[in-house]
This record gives sequence, structure tokens and C-alpha cells, in this order.
Amino acid sequence: MRKLAALILLCLPLRLLAAELGYPLDHSPNDPRDLVSLQSGARTFVNYCMGCHGAQYMRYNRLTELGLSEAEIRDNLMFTASKVGETMKTVMPPKEAKTWFGVAPPDLSVVARSRGADWLYTYLRTFYRDPKTPSGWNNAVFPNVSMPHALWGLQGERALAVETAKEPGEHEREQYKWTQLTQGSETQVQYDATARDLVNFLVYIGEPAASSRRAIGIVVLFVLGVLFIFAYLLKHEFWKDVK
Amino acid sequence: MASRLMALWNWFDSRMPSVGEQWRIHASEYYAPKNFNFWYFFGSLALLVLGVQIVSGIFLTMNYKPDATLAFGSVEYIMRDVAGGWIIRYIHSTGASAFFIVVYLHMFRGLLYGSYKQPRELVWIFGVLIYLSLMGEAFFGYLLPWGQMSYWGAQVIVNLFGTVPFIGPDLALWIRGDYVVSDATLNRFFALHVIALPLVLLGLVVAHLLALHDVGSNNPDGVEIKKLKDANGRPLDGIPFHPYYTVKDIMGAVVFLAVFCFVLFFLPSMGGYFLEDNNFIPADPLKTPPHIAPVWYFTPYYSILRAVPPMFNSQFPGVLAMGIATLILFFLPWLDRSPVKSIRYKGPYYKGALAAFVVVFLVLGYLGTEPTTVWGQFGFDAFFLDTKDRATWVARFCSVLYFAFFMLMPWYTARDTTKPVPERVTR
Amino acid sequence: MDDRAKVDRTRRNLILATSVVGGAAGAGMAVPFVASMWPSERAKAAGAPVEFDLSRLVPGELAVVEWRGKPVWIMKRTKEMLEGIKQADPRVTDPGSEVDQQPNYAKNEFRSLKPDLMVLVGVCTHLGCSPKEKTSEDKGEMGADWPGGFYCPCHGSKFDFAGRVFKGSPAPKNLEVPPYEYVSENVLVIGEDKEKKGA
Repeated sequence: MRKLAALILLCLPLRLLAAELGYPLDHSPNDPRDLVSLQSGARTFVNYCMGCHGAQYMRYNRLTELGLSEAEIRDNLMFTASKVGETMKTVMPPKEAKTWFGVAPPDLSVVARSRGADWLYTYLRTFYRDPKTPSGWNNAVFPNVSMPHALWGLQGERALAVETAKEPGEHEREQYKWTQLTQGSETQVQYDATARDLVNFLVYIGEPAASSRRAIGIVVLFVLGVLFIFAYLLKHEFWKDVK
Repeated sequence: MASRLMALWNWFDSRMPSVGEQWRIHASEYYAPKNFNFWYFFGSLALLVLGVQIVSGIFLTMNYKPDATLAFGSVEYIMRDVAGGWIIRYIHSTGASAFFIVVYLHMFRGLLYGSYKQPRELVWIFGVLIYLSLMGEAFFGYLLPWGQMSYWGAQVIVNLFGTVPFIGPDLALWIRGDYVVSDATLNRFFALHVIALPLVLLGLVVAHLLALHDVGSNNPDGVEIKKLKDANGRPLDGIPFHPYYTVKDIMGAVVFLAVFCFVLFFLPSMGGYFLEDNNFIPADPLKTPPHIAPVWYFTPYYSILRAVPPMFNSQFPGVLAMGIATLILFFLPWLDRSPVKSIRYKGPYYKGALAAFVVVFLVLGYLGTEPTTVWGQFGFDAFFLDTKDRATWVARFCSVLYFAFFMLMPWYTARDTTKPVPERVTR
Repeated sequence: MDDRAKVDRTRRNLILATSVVGGAAGAGMAVPFVASMWPSERAKAAGAPVEFDLSRLVPGELAVVEWRGKPVWIMKRTKEMLEGIKQADPRVTDPGSEVDQQPNYAKNEFRSLKPDLMVLVGVCTHLGCSPKEKTSEDKGEMGADWPGGFYCPCHGSKFDFAGRVFKGSPAPKNLEVPPYEYVSENVLVIGEDKEKKGA
């Protein structure tokens, strides 16, 4: 039995430090059940991201799950599509994008499943000015990213200074100092909320069935629990014969 | 009504009596030892998972597109646009990992109770063939979602075949159907995964069960129940499989399904072990992920492969070691020289060896999921240190112990102390 | 023996109870598999209703939209065309639209919501080709008494401007009228109506 326990332990998530070396990730405080946050994230995504990034596996009409009507979706969230059943494609032509940015902006339908919410939350909030890059922007968790800070109008421009501090007898540790260069239209608290809502939306479009999955799971486990009771009683009844 | 059904059955039975006969031979009059314990659930569970994978696989095939430009999108189509598609996908992905967990525990039962020993060597051989076919089935299936891990995992494994001396590069080219893993590879892996290997698996499972039923099941005491029979010729310690083990296996199946559904509905990715994060990025032949690892069920062998350094400018020795590590399982019935079947009556040598084997297998498995730098470097230098990665040296040590378990077995099982085996089974 | 009968009864009841719960669980498990075979969201989106703005139509001008993979003809009929329909009454197979090829609101003289509005599925009811428009100007080709309508080049079926099939055509039925409704004064939606929402 102990061997079995060891086997189960092996299955526990062991990749706890996603950033490994480098900038520490902040925990994303997004709540998948907060529909207002999701709607806000949808708005940010459509207004700031879809110029370059698509979400080609997500249909507009599925956003009714967030508490929006088809008319609201059509009037506020559809800029380049005509029918509400269409998918959230971007109009950025991929070949030209590769020429302009060096790499075509990736589709974001499942980015939350590959990068994770914490990474995305930190990424959106750690852009800084860097004169050495083609775009003039860099990012603390994605060094030399081709993407400029699409949300700079909200967060403002910031600079990052990295110092390597070494205590005697300890490992080298990096210290990060942020400075606000220009103000954006949102305060830090507001921008963090904007980023949180956008990440919430990205997590949602990564797996829209997630909330149904959890709800159905509870019912299934309950039914199996009841079935187990009967299956056990049945086994016990027959095995009374066996000495 | 009952008599009508009876009449219908009689009509059928008189025209195809083999059905009723086979039911008697394999269920209602198959006398199995009465002392089966927890470790004896996993055979029927393996059959259950096989059925689950086939059914969920068929329905996935209704919507999956085996084309390099369409495959990734078709999986997301199943997850989002097909009603109930996400359940079917998660059943299949959870089922793949569940299959290996069940099969490893099933094989471990064999190691505990000497189920591979005479007269059941052929049952074991069919079983190892099933295990190898299952590994192939999983390997082919994993390419199908066409994510980064799918693509690069396949690229690495096919390149391993390329290290075979003389024929290697041509062999790899023939397997791939192209100069790199491409649409041609995807299409053929689809055919192998959906039709070829499932048919092979089904045939091998039938052979496995027929070989078992011909000689009768082993049990936790390693006692041959056919030695002592009653006046009717039935084993004293035997009970008919139906209804006793059908009813017990149904209960076991319900428990299994509860655990399975808990994972499916609440932890389908299992922290990146059942559905890997990198596989949500579409395959990019121009961009290698920083860290390629096979799916968890292959990692012990991957560790052994990595632990062997290149020799004569070739990685083939590592590939050979990995191959031997799997194939050595075939020889187990002849490596075990103990006069006794079950660990209950074996001595400290075997118990120690098996415990060490389990630990070593788990450590190798864990190390295979991580880069070789996961445990840092040695601080010192020495002439024999071709690499300073601590994890590689631990993997090498564990690999030696892994092989020692098998290679030294004829020696330590013969010299081990044994306890007298009872005539009748214990509980 | 009584004990034995009791045991048998208990066993039978337990087997029954377990089977019932097991059957329920099994039925539940079958649901996603059966459901997965219904049209997917992609299929439903492709078959979604189509909107059309009538204000851009000039009377007598034929517009074609695609709905569920089929051509749908939309036209503002002229007075001349409406006259032609009346004239064709004795010469069509099903003048009163008795056969079920149209929604209830199109079971009238002109087979439409409004007399001057024509909405027809442009697929011949014989073997599925798409007929060509032949106005009353085409009398040279179609005959002196041609009131105007549609002619199918595959096997020669003829239809009037209400989509009714002329006697003597290989086609057995009138052209299908799809479900449609006005969403505003000048905008139609094809594929949806009050009777059966999103058929």
C-alpha cells in the first residue's frame, strides 16, 4: 500500500516554480465565476488585442454564457465579423505580421492552458521601456518579446532596473526596481484589475466548458457514490457464502 | 415472459452451443482461487479501460482530422463545438494515463505473487507483448493532437531509431515517410493508432485470457488450487468466477470509475502530467521547446536512455539500454529461480530487491519528467565526470539497480530463504 | 428452505437495485456520445439565418443569397409580374399551394408575406438544378403566352413568378418557400420565423 501511495505522490504537480530562474510570478486573482469580470475582460480583449491576436476557436455567440445577449455581443464586441456565429478571428494578415514583428502574433484561444494564468497576469503587468529593442518595449517574464505594450495607454510607461545582490554565503538574487515614467489612464490598482479581468477572460476562452465540467462532475460523483453502495451490498451478499 | 425468453435462449443455444459453452468455461464454471485480494482487480480494470478507450476513440474519430494543418484545430473543435465533445476528449486523455496506471499495478501483482512462473510463462509473455503494443499505441496516439510536445516527442523517438547502426537513418526515414515528422507521419500514425494496434491489442488480450484460463489463475499464496479437488472434481479452494468475481469486479469497477471521474471532471490535466501544457501550442517544426519530455508513463525508460552517455559517437548504446530494459521483462519466468511463487513465502533477498526496484522505477520515472539539471551540479571535479549533473548520476545509479534486479535474480532467488508454502490458501 | 428463499429474494432485490442505478449511470454516460452526433456549433453557425436589406432592391431585380448551402431568390415583383401570376393560374399544377412546400403565411395567391415580395428557394423540385430567370420579355424563347418566371435548363421544368410549377414539367412540386420574416421595415431574415424559431 505504501508503494501505491508513493505512486500517487508522483502524480502531484511538481512543476511548482513556473518561472524557475528569473522574475517571480504573481498569483492571478481571477475568479472564473465572476461574470462582470469576464465581460470586462472580453471588452479589453476585443478592443486592445484582436487587432493582432485572434481567438480562432472561440465563437462570438458563446459569449452569451457570460450573461450577454446576442445583440449586445453584436453591438459592442464584433468589429470585423458580421454573423454572431462566427469565430473570433483577427484581421492581421499572418504573412505580413511575420515581416513586421518577426513572428506572427500567436492565436490566444488556448494560451491560458499553455502559459497559465499566473504567467499571463504577470506578463501583462511587467512591460517596460527598452531602447535596445525594435519596438522600444521589453518584458520581465518574456525577455525580448516582439510584442509592444498594447495596454500602455492604460498602464503608462515604466522602466525596469535589475540589480544582482549577493549576500555572503547565499545564492545570487536579482532585485527588480520599477519606475513609472509616464502616467496611463488607469491607476496601478485599476490596471491590475484590468489585467486580472483580461486573464480571467483568457482562462475562460481556453476552456469554455470548465464551469459545466465541474458542475457535472459533482453529479457524476454523487451517482457513482450511490452505485457503489449498491455494488458493495451486492458483493457482500454473495460473498457471505465464501469462507 | 420468462418461459418465452427461455424458449428463445434454447432456440439460440441449440444452433450455437459454443456461446453457452464458452460462458461456462470462462465464467460460471471457471474456478478461480477464493483468496484474490486488492491486487487482483487490475486485470478486469485493464479490460474496462480498453473498452472505454475504444468507444471514446471511435467518437473522437468522427470529428478529428488527421491532417497537419487541421489536426490541432479539430481537437479544439471537439472541445468546443461538438456537443459533449469535451467529455469524450477528457475520457480518452484520462483513459490513456489510467490504462498505464492500471497495467503497471497489474504487472506489479505478477512480481508480488510469481504469476509469471510455470505453468503461466505464456500468460506473462502475452502480457509483455500487450504492454509493448500499448506503448506503441500510446506513442502513435500522442502525435495526433499535433501540439509542440506531440511533434517534438515523435521527432526525438523516431530519431532514436535512426541511431541503429547501418540501417538507422533509412529506418527513421521509412517510419516517418518524410525527412522530418510531417503530415505523412501524422496520417500513418493515425492509421496505426485507430485500426492496426487496437486489433493487435484485442487479439493479444484474447490470447492472454485464453492462456490464463487454460492453466487457471494464480493467487496471493502461490498455491496451485488444482492440486486439491473435491468429489466433483472442483478445486477445494476455488469458487466459480461468476457470480463471485463478476460481482466483486463490478464493485471494483465502480470505485475505479469514481476515481477516474474525479480526475476527469476536476483535474483533467493533472498538473500537466496527463495533458501537457506545451501541447496546447500548435506544432512548430522551426521552434524546439526548451524542455522535451515524454508522457509520464514512458519516463522511467527515457531516464535510462539519457543516463547512458554517447559511445563511439553514437547515442545507440542508450537506445540499446532502453530496449533491453523493456525486453528483459520477457525473461522473468526464467530469471526467477525461487522454488516458491509468492513473496509471502520468499526471503529478505527478494523482498529487498523488489522494494529497491520499486523505488528505483519511481525515481527514474520522476527524473525522466525533468531536465537533467533538475538537481543541480556537483561542486567538485574528477576525471570520470563527463557531466556534473547530479540527476544524471542518480539516474545512472538507479539504472544499474534496475538491471541488477533482473540480472542478479537467478543468483539471489536461488540463495534466498523460503518459508514452507501451505497446502490450502490463506486469506 | 425458508432462509434460502429469503436469501434468494434479497439477492434478487439487490441485483435489481444495482442494475437500476447502474442503468441510470450507464444512460447518463451514453448522453455525451449520442449528443456529439447532433449538428455541432460549426454546422449550426453555417446554417444560421441570413439577413437581407430590401432597400437596395430595384423592382424586378433578382437578388440571390445563400442559406444552408442553397440559393434563395429575393425580388420585388412588378405589377406586370403579379398580373402574369394571375394569368398562370389555370396552367400550373398546384395553383392553391396545397402541397406542403411553404410556411402557412405563404399559402396564398402570391405565396409570400407581401404580394410584391418574392422569396423562393432556387432549387428545382425535380432533381435539384438551379433554374434560370426568364422574364416576360423572353417570349421568343419561352413561347408567346409565357407570363414570366423561371426555366430549369436540366430537364425543362417551368415555374411562374410565385414559384408554382407549370403543368407538363418533369418537376412535381412548387418551388420551396423558406421560413422568413421582417425584422424591420426593410430588413428580412431568411431561415427564421415566428412559427418555428431557427428551424
